[in-house]
Amino acid sequence: MDFLRPATWEEALAAKAEHPTAVPIAGGTDVMVEINFDHRRPEYLMDLNRIGELHEWETEDDSVRLGASVPYSKIMERLRTELPGLALASHTVASPQIRNRGGVGGNLGTASPAGDAHPALLAAGAEVEVASVRGTRLIPIDDFYTGVKRNALAPDELIRAVRVKKADGPQQYAKVGTRNAMVIAVCAFGLALHPETRTVRTGIGSAAPTPVRARAAEEFLNAALEEGGFWDNGRIITPSLARQFAELCAAACNPIDDVRGTATYRRHAVGVLARRTLTWTWESYRGSARTSKGAA
Amino acid sequence: MRVSFTVNGRPQEADDVWEGESLLYVLRERLGLPGSKNACEQGECGSCTVRLDGVPVCSCLVAAGQAEGREVVTVEGLAEYAKERACTTGACGTSLDEARRWAAKGTDSQTGEGVELSPVQQAFIDAGAVQCGFCTPGLLVAADEMLERNRNPTDADIREALSGNLCRCTGYEKIMDAVRLAAARQSEGV
Ligand SMILES: Cc1cc2nc3c(=O)[nH]c(=O)nc-3n(C[C@H](O)[C@H](O)[C@H](O)COP(=O)(O)OP(=O)(O)OC[C@H]3O[C@@H](n4cnc5c(N)ncnc54)[C@H](O)[C@@H]3O)c2cc1C
Ligand code: FES
Ligand code: FES
Repeated sequence: MDFLRPATWEEALAAKAEHPTAVPIAGGTDVMVEINFDHRRPEYLMDLNRIGELHEWETEDDSVRLGASVPYSKIMERLRTELPGLALASHTVASPQIRNRGGVGGNLGTASPAGDAHPALLAAGAEVEVASVRGTRLIPIDDFYTGVKRNALAPDELIRAVRVKKADGPQQYAKVGTRNAMVIAVCAFGLALHPETRTVRTGIGSAAPTPVRARAAEEFLNAALEEGGFWDNGRIITPSLARQFAELCAAACNPIDDVRGTATYRRHAVGVLARRTLTWTWESYRGSARTSKGAA
Repeated sequence: MRVSFTVNGRPQEADDVWEGESLLYVLRERLGLPGSKNACEQGECGSCTVRLDGVPVCSCLVAAGQAEGREVVTVEGLAEYAKERACTTGACGTSLDEARRWAAKGTDSQTGEGVELSPVQQAFIDAGAVQCGFCTPGLLVAADEMLERNRNPTDADIREALSGNLCRCTGYEKIMDAVRLAAARQSEGV
C-alpha cells in the first residue's frame, strides 16, 4: 500500500488521474473500518486532510458551497440557518467523535442508502461539484446515486463540494433507530418546504437500494396545496391530505428485510415520518407566515 | 513509512508504519502508550478517544499518516494538558500548602503511577465511576474536552458529549456523577 499525501487540490486531482484506483480518505470513518477489518486493501490511500479548502464553506447568494470535508459537527453548529435539514440530519449521525471527523463528501463517496446526508440533500435540492484534471462538473443530486453504494463519480474524479440551496422555508429530518446515538437508520425521511417556488421536496433513506425522492407524493401535495390556496391562506393541512401524502411516500419505498427491520415495517415507518415532518414544517410555515403578516 | 507528530507535547517518530495502520495502533504498539484502548476498531465504543489538534476523535479511525505533523493528546497526557489549560486561564501556580507537601516521587509515563491526576480523573475515582476501567480513558478524554468547552453542563449536555463512549460495567450513573462532580469543582475553582 502507498500513502499519498497531496498538499493541494491540484495535486490531489493529479494523483487521482495518475492512480484512478487510489482510495481517498477524508474523515476515515468509513474507510478505516473497512481497512481495520480487512475488507479493503487499496493499493493507494490518498489523504485529503491536508487540503484546507475542503474543510471550508462559502455562502453565496442563494446557496452554500459546502466543502467535501466539512465535518458534521461544524454543519450542526454553523449552518443551522442556511441548511436546517442537513444540520438536523448531521446531528443524528453516530457520535460526537464521528461527527468531528466524518462529512458529506465521505457520505456521498460511500453512497450508502442509509447515509443521513442524502435525504436532506435530496429534499433541499443540491448539486455535487466534482472535479478531475479534465475539469469540473455539477451533478444534480437526483442523478448522483446510481445503485447500492454506487455513485456517478468517474474513476479520476473527486468531490470538491456540494452546493445546497439555502433554505427558503422550514425543513425537517427524522430517523427511526433503536436509540438516539450511534444508530444506522432503519429508515429516514427529509422534507423541505420551498415557499418561493411553492413546492415541497422529500428524501427517503434506508428504504430503497439508493436514497430516493417520493416524487408522486411531492406532485400530489404540490397540486393539492396550490389548488387549495394553502401557501397564501396558511390553512392547516387536513388529515386526509397528510394521510394521502404519507401513503404515497410509503409507496415510493422499495425496502428490504434485514437485521434492522422488515420491509413492511420500513414502509409503514416512512409513512409515519412523512406525515410528522409535513405537519412540523407546515405548522412552522404557518407560524412564520402569521408573524410576518402581523409585523407588516 | 515514517510518521512524525506530537504526542502529549513531545515530538514523536514512528518508523515502519504500515500505510493502513491506525493512529490507535501506532500509539499503543509503536509508542508504548497503551492508555487509549482498543475494543471495537470501528468507531462504536469510544474507548480509543484522543484529541487530534484539540478535537476528540476515535483514534482507531484515523490513519496514522493523517496524524503527520499534528498534535495528539492521549489519556496519559491528560493531567498535564488540564494543568496547562488551568494556567492559561490564570488558575495555576503552586499554593504554599502544596509546596510544603511536595516531595519527589517516581513517575511512570506508562502506568501513570505517581503522576498527578487531572480534575476529571480525580472525580472519576472519587465518584466510583471506574469498574473494569476499559472504557475509562476514552470517557476521560471526552469528558475533559466537554468541561473545557462548557463550564456548566446540564445532564443533557453530559449525555450528549459522552454518547460516543460505551461502558459495559457501570450503568453510566456513576460516570454522570463523576462528570457533575468535576464540573462543580471546576466552577468552584477547587
Ligand atoms: C460508529 C459509526 C457510526 C456511523 N453512523 C452513521 C450514521 O448514523 N449516519 C451516517 O450517515 N453515517 C454513519 N457512519 C458512516 C460515516 O461516518 C459517514 O458515511 C461519513 O459521512 C463518512 O465521512 P468520512 O469523511 O469519514 O469518509 P471516509 O471514510 O474518509 O470516506 C468514505 C468514502 O468516500 C470517499 N471519499 C471521501 N472523500 C471524498 C472526496 N472528496 N471525493 C471522492 N471520494 C471521497 C472515500 O474514498 C470512501 O470511499 C458511521 C460510521 C461509524 C464508524
Ligand atoms: S476502538 Fe475506536 S471506537 Fe472502539
Ligand atoms: S468500567 Fe468496565 S466498561 Fe466501563
